[in-house]
Amino acid sequence: MAEQETAEQKDFRQQCRAWLQENRPPPTAMPLPQAAYEVTTQAHRNYLVDWQAKCFEAELIATDVSRDYGGHGHDGLQQIASSEVRRANVPYFINWIGLGMAAPTLLIHGTEAQKKTYLPTIFTGEDIWCQGFSEPGAGSDLVNLQTSAVRDGDNWVINGSKVWTSLGQLAKYMLLLARTDKNDKYNGITYFIGPMEHEGVTVKPIHKMTGEAGFNEVFLDNVVIADHMRIDEVGLGWKVAMSTLTSERGAAQGVGAVASSNSPFAAIESLIELAKRKTRNGKPMWDDSLWRDKLVKLYERTEAAAQNARRTRINALNGGAMRIPLQGKVTGTELGQELHQLALSMLGMESSLYIGDPNAENDGSWLLGYMNTYTGTISGGSSEIQRNILGERVLGLPKSK
Amino acid sequence: MAQSQEQSKDFGFGEEQALLKDQARKFIEDNQPLLALRAATKGTEDPYHGDERRGSFDVAAWHEMVALGWTALAVPEAAGGLGMSLVTAVAVAEEIGRGAMPTPLTSTLQSTFVLRQASEQDAKSQQAIEWLKKIVEGSSASLAIQGASGSLEVDATDITVKNNKLNGVACYVQDIQKVDFLVVSAKEAGHLKLFCVELNAEGVDVSYDRIVDLTRDQGRVSFSDVTATCIAESGEDVLNGALPALLTLVSADIAGGCEWLLQTTAAYAKVRTQFDRPIGFFQAVKHPIVNMMIAVDESRSLTYAAAAAYDADSDTCHRAAHFAKSNASDSAEFCANRATQLHGGIGFTWEHDVQIYHKRVMHSQQLFGDGYWQRQMAANYL
Repeated sequence: MAEQETAEQKDFRQQCRAWLQENRPPPTAMPLPQAAYEVTTQAHRNYLVDWQAKCFEAELIATDVSRDYGGHGHDGLQQIASSEVRRANVPYFINWIGLGMAAPTLLIHGTEAQKKTYLPTIFTGEDIWCQGFSEPGAGSDLVNLQTSAVRDGDNWVINGSKVWTSLGQLAKYMLLLARTDKNDKYNGITYFIGPMEHEGVTVKPIHKMTGEAGFNEVFLDNVVIADHMRIDEVGLGWKVAMSTLTSERGAAQGVGAVASSNSPFAAIESLIELAKRKTRNGKPMWDDSLWRDKLVKLYERTEAAAQNARRTRINALNGGAMRIPLQGKVTGTELGQELHQLALSMLGMESSLYIGDPNAENDGSWLLGYMNTYTGTISGGSSEIQRNILGERVLGLPKSK
Repeated sequence: MAQSQEQSKDFGFGEEQALLKDQARKFIEDNQPLLALRAATKGTEDPYHGDERRGSFDVAAWHEMVALGWTALAVPEAAGGLGMSLVTAVAVAEEIGRGAMPTPLTSTLQSTFVLRQASEQDAKSQQAIEWLKKIVEGSSASLAIQGASGSLEVDATDITVKNNKLNGVACYVQDIQKVDFLVVSAKEAGHLKLFCVELNAEGVDVSYDRIVDLTRDQGRVSFSDVTATCIAESGEDVLNGALPALLTLVSADIAGGCEWLLQTTAAYAKVRTQFDRPIGFFQAVKHPIVNMMIAVDESRSLTYAAAAAYDADSDTCHRAAHFAKSNASDSAEFCANRATQLHGGIGFTWEHDVQIYHKRVMHSQQLFGDGYWQRQMAANYL
């Protein structure tokens, strides 16, 4: 009854594991930021692009994608590669948006020429991609976006601005949604490949509450884009965007996007380790049932998330194909936030010490991590929007919009 | 701190399990246990008057369940059973919970797993098999392993044994009005042993608790010089070995009940109109219902994972079972709370079925220990 791996899959798993073991890159001089979307420096960029290229060569990325589009042409091996990458606890892939969103979008909706032109450099990491969806007036209500695209012969002229653009300062291309019809909210949006190096594109960093310049505002001022950089039909942009957002996790898996290279248990295990090391009232915090209860609860819920993924694959037990996958974003990000809040409580006054303070636990990374958890709970559809989606699509409750 | 081990990717839940689960759901739906329960408990609402006894159940349905093989499914083949996995038993237990069905099935399955553990690892293996045979023949059973304090340690019995005679009182015995025999834990000179005894044996006296859960019954059993069969010399090892199965079966029952609470509340939020809209339109209602779903899904996943860990004899099986019961206990509290609240006045009435489920999952929340207890236990494995 248990699913068994084929001999080919077993060999490939061994091959991935051995390669990752032998090719783990040395640490960077300045520690890497906690996530790929926070990378800002050229040094980190170069280090990570180099790493992604090596992983691509080792067939860990685009494993199952056709050779015609720069992939490795295997079948049923990507999942194995991705799970081994996560297990190995190695640096993340900087082209996370390229792998996670651009590649699936192009594979489903792109022309032959687009697939052949853009996919190979997404896989190697040579061309970094960013996402141009949100605008100052269009966040949770994304369909309200106002950036315009006006046809001019074989070209389009883009005007407007995008915001919260992670990797914007390093990216060569943007997944760009622009309005082609002001009178049709949903069918008036078109999807483009936006070149970031064209005239009229201005990238201005935005500093987060952490102090890091993790994302950007992007101004588009009479930017000219050729029509062959349009993805799918005029007016279908919203549908294309929604189909790739909802299939994001599955489709992203298909090319090897690994958003976080840490084991999901790494954070809670290091917190338990901290509880065993730190004392309060003259005894380890782990021996105090108050802290222990909270820590075990978080471990239990981390295990629940892992077991949810296991149950998703069993049709008779998953309650419908999308019920569990659609919960992943809201539960994962909120769990991470709770975990960091607990870490700060456990550290007490030490939690006030930030990066660079010699007395800070783990160089202030719990504090930095706590603030960065809001990236997860707000971006990519806030937790509130996620709960609307779950209530409406899974439970059939009336739409709140 | 090993992570979840490489076990079967599908929890060992295959086509056979899916078919059985489907059969169980249809059988329970067709039986409409709540209609019978309503009829049997009619006029017993007022807690200050009368001395009504709960615990009615559909005996004909029970015989059918035995005939369908549900009680024999986890009995080892050596005792004439089907020798199936805990995951299989969990699939059925989840449906019992979803239907809030009054039945001694879960107690009988739990007793089965204790006896099965004894048959596998104890010197009294042969005696355990004899009692397992009775289950195959249609006997029902329950565990009498708790003392008056309600303590949850596996050796917390008030019963003593000397010269094979049991003396003392066992408390919080589930389904006592429905079962034929008991698996009793008792101490002989401080050493825990397990015994089996028919409920109608000489010296056994039962008094019934007044409990709030309409779907179950419970009682105290006093033993005066009762002659019983020893089925395990090393009672603590056997009970500890079976503990993950006991916890997981209750967790499954809760997960089924919570799914019912979720679906019923979501359905109500689509039809109940206030301020000119179905109340499910409002995010103050919609979002807590989604939170119920998230809670139920965590519990179901941890429950099947715990069952799979037990079936694989994994060294993480105790931790997995404590996680499952911790999570399910918390889901029980949360889902019952939200279901009643979001139904408004009608959910607070005797008339509405939400109260039946609310009380059943509350009762289950405490069985073998709630979330706080489970997390204390799980911590020993982290």
